[in-house]
Amino acid sequence: MALLEVRDLRVAFPRGKKGEVEALRGVDLTLEKGQRLGVVGESGAGKSMLAFAILNLIAEPGRVTQGSVTFDGENLLTMSERQIRRIRGNRISMIFQDPMVTLNPVLSIGTQMIETLKAHRRITDREAHKLCVDKLKLVAIPSAESRMDAYPHELSGGLRQRVVIAIALLTDPELIIADEPTTALDVTIQAEIMSLILTLCRENNVALILITHDLGVVAEVTERLMIMYAGKCVETGRTRDIIDRPKHPYAVGLLKALPQNSTRGAKLYQIPGSMPPITNLPSGCPYHPRCERATDECRAAMPPLEHGVACFHPMHETPAEETEATT
Amino acid sequence: MHIIAFLIRRAFQAVIVMFVISLIGFSIQDNLGDPLRELVGQSVSEEDRDVLRDQLGLNDPFLVQYGRFLGRAVQGDLGTSYFFKRPALDVIMDKFPATFELVLGAVVIFLGLSIPGGIYCAINRDKWLAKTIMTASIIGISIPVFLTAILLVWLFGVELGWLPAFGRGETYRLPWGWETGFLTWDGLAHLILPSIALSSIMLPLFIRLIRAEMMEAMGTDYVRFARAKGLSTPRVRYVHAFRNTLLPVVTVGGLMIGTLIAYTILTETVFQWPGMGFLFLEAVNRVDTPLIIAYIIVVGLIFVVVNTIVDFVYTLINPMVKLPGAKA
Amino acid sequence: MITWQGFLKRFLSDPVAIGAGIVLLFLIVMAVLAPWIAPQNPYDLLQLDIMDSELPPSWRDGGDERYWLGTDAQGRGVFSTIMYGTGISLIIGIGAVIVQGILGVTLGLWAGYKGGWVDSFLMRLADIQMSLSTLMIAIIALALFQAAFDANVYADYAIFMLIIIIGIAEWPKFARTVRSSVLGEKNKEYVDAARVIGLPARKVMWVHILPNTLTPVLVISTIQVAEAIMTEAALSFLGLGMPTDKPSLGSLIRSGFEFIFSGSWWITLYPALVLVALVLALNLLGDWLRDVLNPKLRRGDD
Repeated sequence: MALLEVRDLRVAFPRGKKGEVEALRGVDLTLEKGQRLGVVGESGAGKSMLAFAILNLIAEPGRVTQGSVTFDGENLLTMSERQIRRIRGNRISMIFQDPMVTLNPVLSIGTQMIETLKAHRRITDREAHKLCVDKLKLVAIPSAESRMDAYPHELSGGLRQRVVIAIALLTDPELIIADEPTTALDVTIQAEIMSLILTLCRENNVALILITHDLGVVAEVTERLMIMYAGKCVETGRTRDIIDRPKHPYAVGLLKALPQNSTRGAKLYQIPGSMPPITNLPSGCPYHPRCERATDECRAAMPPLEHGVACFHPMHETPAEETEATT
Repeated sequence: MHIIAFLIRRAFQAVIVMFVISLIGFSIQDNLGDPLRELVGQSVSEEDRDVLRDQLGLNDPFLVQYGRFLGRAVQGDLGTSYFFKRPALDVIMDKFPATFELVLGAVVIFLGLSIPGGIYCAINRDKWLAKTIMTASIIGISIPVFLTAILLVWLFGVELGWLPAFGRGETYRLPWGWETGFLTWDGLAHLILPSIALSSIMLPLFIRLIRAEMMEAMGTDYVRFARAKGLSTPRVRYVHAFRNTLLPVVTVGGLMIGTLIAYTILTETVFQWPGMGFLFLEAVNRVDTPLIIAYIIVVGLIFVVVNTIVDFVYTLINPMVKLPGAKA
Repeated sequence: MITWQGFLKRFLSDPVAIGAGIVLLFLIVMAVLAPWIAPQNPYDLLQLDIMDSELPPSWRDGGDERYWLGTDAQGRGVFSTIMYGTGISLIIGIGAVIVQGILGVTLGLWAGYKGGWVDSFLMRLADIQMSLSTLMIAIIALALFQAAFDANVYADYAIFMLIIIIGIAEWPKFARTVRSSVLGEKNKEYVDAARVIGLPARKVMWVHILPNTLTPVLVISTIQVAEAIMTEAALSFLGLGMPTDKPSLGSLIRSGFEFIFSGSWWITLYPALVLVALVLALNLLGDWLRDVLNPKLRRGDD
């Protein structure tokens, strides 16, 4: 049995007096124990929505309208609040995007760590404190003991994200959902934090859903990949396969746009146009206005996800020449 | 903010307030009525008056006189009330407990109701009760304190006759001379209507403030992260979200001290509550200058002290303001 | 900026705003036309008859048809005094806000544009003044003036004193608003351009920055009029504002308060209702204006 199975997950937000608009338009994914999945797409594609929907944490007034999230055989979306709280932060942890606003400014690091443990374990303060210090050391925070009394504003962004990672690891979760964990950090420490997450997941056999817009990172960290566009999954499969032989024109475009894939001195490739807002989607395949291969068929109907790709005219055997050239 | 900057700001404010107040107090003491007339009456000749003027130092240069005034004020000598024929400070301090207990009653009411009320309205935004509270609060803000007070007097004091509407009722003198109304049923009954009246504008104001701040806090990432950690709803709401709403609430609370003191004058007038505000208005009508000055100086002092306490509380609940030398 | 058509459309689609607007318009028209339409001139002692004092409203037992809302202790018709009193309250409220606006906009522009110690000094001063509260400052100032001058002299100048004192006491609200918009505008290109072509600082401030700060000024003005009217009413109620022979709504309530216990509730009740209606209408309109004109809240729905 898979660790996590998401089926036809849909999230909608109210718009106007009675209407609703879908931000997540039916997403499926399967994750085995210890497996690492990358979710890639432009901002607004619904990646973060997916992350929060898995834990049933969609912010009001949004709501999950349909679908199931089965974790270890139980549907998280039909659970009572009390039941799902035993999973959140315990068996599934989250790492947020911006460490500057993830930690509560008026509570000490120690308080914010110990409360997490105490929410899930019967444990004395002394034991909890010791465990927290251990985790802080594990994420390589210098003088871990004294950081317990520190407040978030006394730490740098990188250190704060390490604290967030330590909190995520506190309860030895089976799955960590990391929502762009390095985007808000200095470029110089992004790699450090990413390799920290990778090492910790590998060593402890923790499954990972890594949400990012950076295909380069995904290639290094994850085994499986899912590419999202306008609230839907447009291509999914083994990371290696998609990187080597992308099928969906959007995936091709994303790969082409990577700096390492363009010739030195040449102008960086950009996919023409921009992703339509979810409030104003075109008919048929939402990518067709930007797609070179679009036909009338694409404008008329949404292609179903078959063999890992949702496209009427996928690039089968022939990967883009540019990609091949630099591999 | 750094603690030194904080202290400098605090001291700057205190000095300016007290300086302006003492200057006002000093410059009016001679100009409102003739101190000589008050002291010796009309029957003294003009020459004797001049001699007396010299003896009292009324002919000295301004700065000398002001220095003397300050010197005496620091020792607690703010002159003698013309009407009561007693030291003005003593007269004021006799009335201090009444005002203090009234303010305490009002603070208990508006904090006791606005915190749960504001939190409720923030969490249950769309429930009819929350909407009713929000509508009532904008009407409440538009009704002046003295009208609320009059309404309470008329309804509960006159028409229904449920509660006493005038004075403090029976008080009990504590060993150190403090007249308290807290220890007798009669005293407590007399406190009810005035405290409600005094809290009547602060209450809707704070409900709206706490609601707005709480809603903002509930939408932050750290509250979402707290939920993602699997914390219980009460812990997320009251430890994570509410702790953060306290900072602006304390700040605004500090800004309301002056208003609160002004409202005590209005409330005490309507209920003939024998406090400092009522005394002050009587003093104005009687042109009892020393008493007016004493009131202004005492109020200025209270203002400075309470402001300092508020700032201190702020540093306690805001970890971003830290004492130097404390471990970072 | 929102267009006039858009503004009108928003107004007409909001029943609360329409209601508040109608109430306010009604009260203003009533106050302006008082000398022509009021059944009685309460300032004209010849028209008063002490025999008519404390008559209840006309529909109650003992009421007199000439006095719709009854009469007060001096035999003045409550309806007439309200019409005149509303006018005085409005004059003081609007007058005080004009003084506040002139002072606040000037000091706010200066603080925001100059920065440095000018800015920190003015803003500290504003902090202190705001926490002392307008009402407290006004109470003390008026108490001192009243003690210093003869009561009759005071009565003649009361209206100016109130306008000036409430005006001076409330300048920080405008100054802060203007200052923060100046800080927002200061570094924009058009200001740089004006500076580069050598326009003097004063001209840059008044001609280029000021017009861009007027929206927030307009928004707070409405609320400030409501506040000034409330402050004036409180001062008059304490006997520190308008004298009872030239009453504002506050002094009417004051003069009625003594008689509430002898059963003459109408002397207090009707001016009080008008005062609350006036303040509430201004507050609601102010809130509505803020929602409509504040671009931060407006984003995303046009």
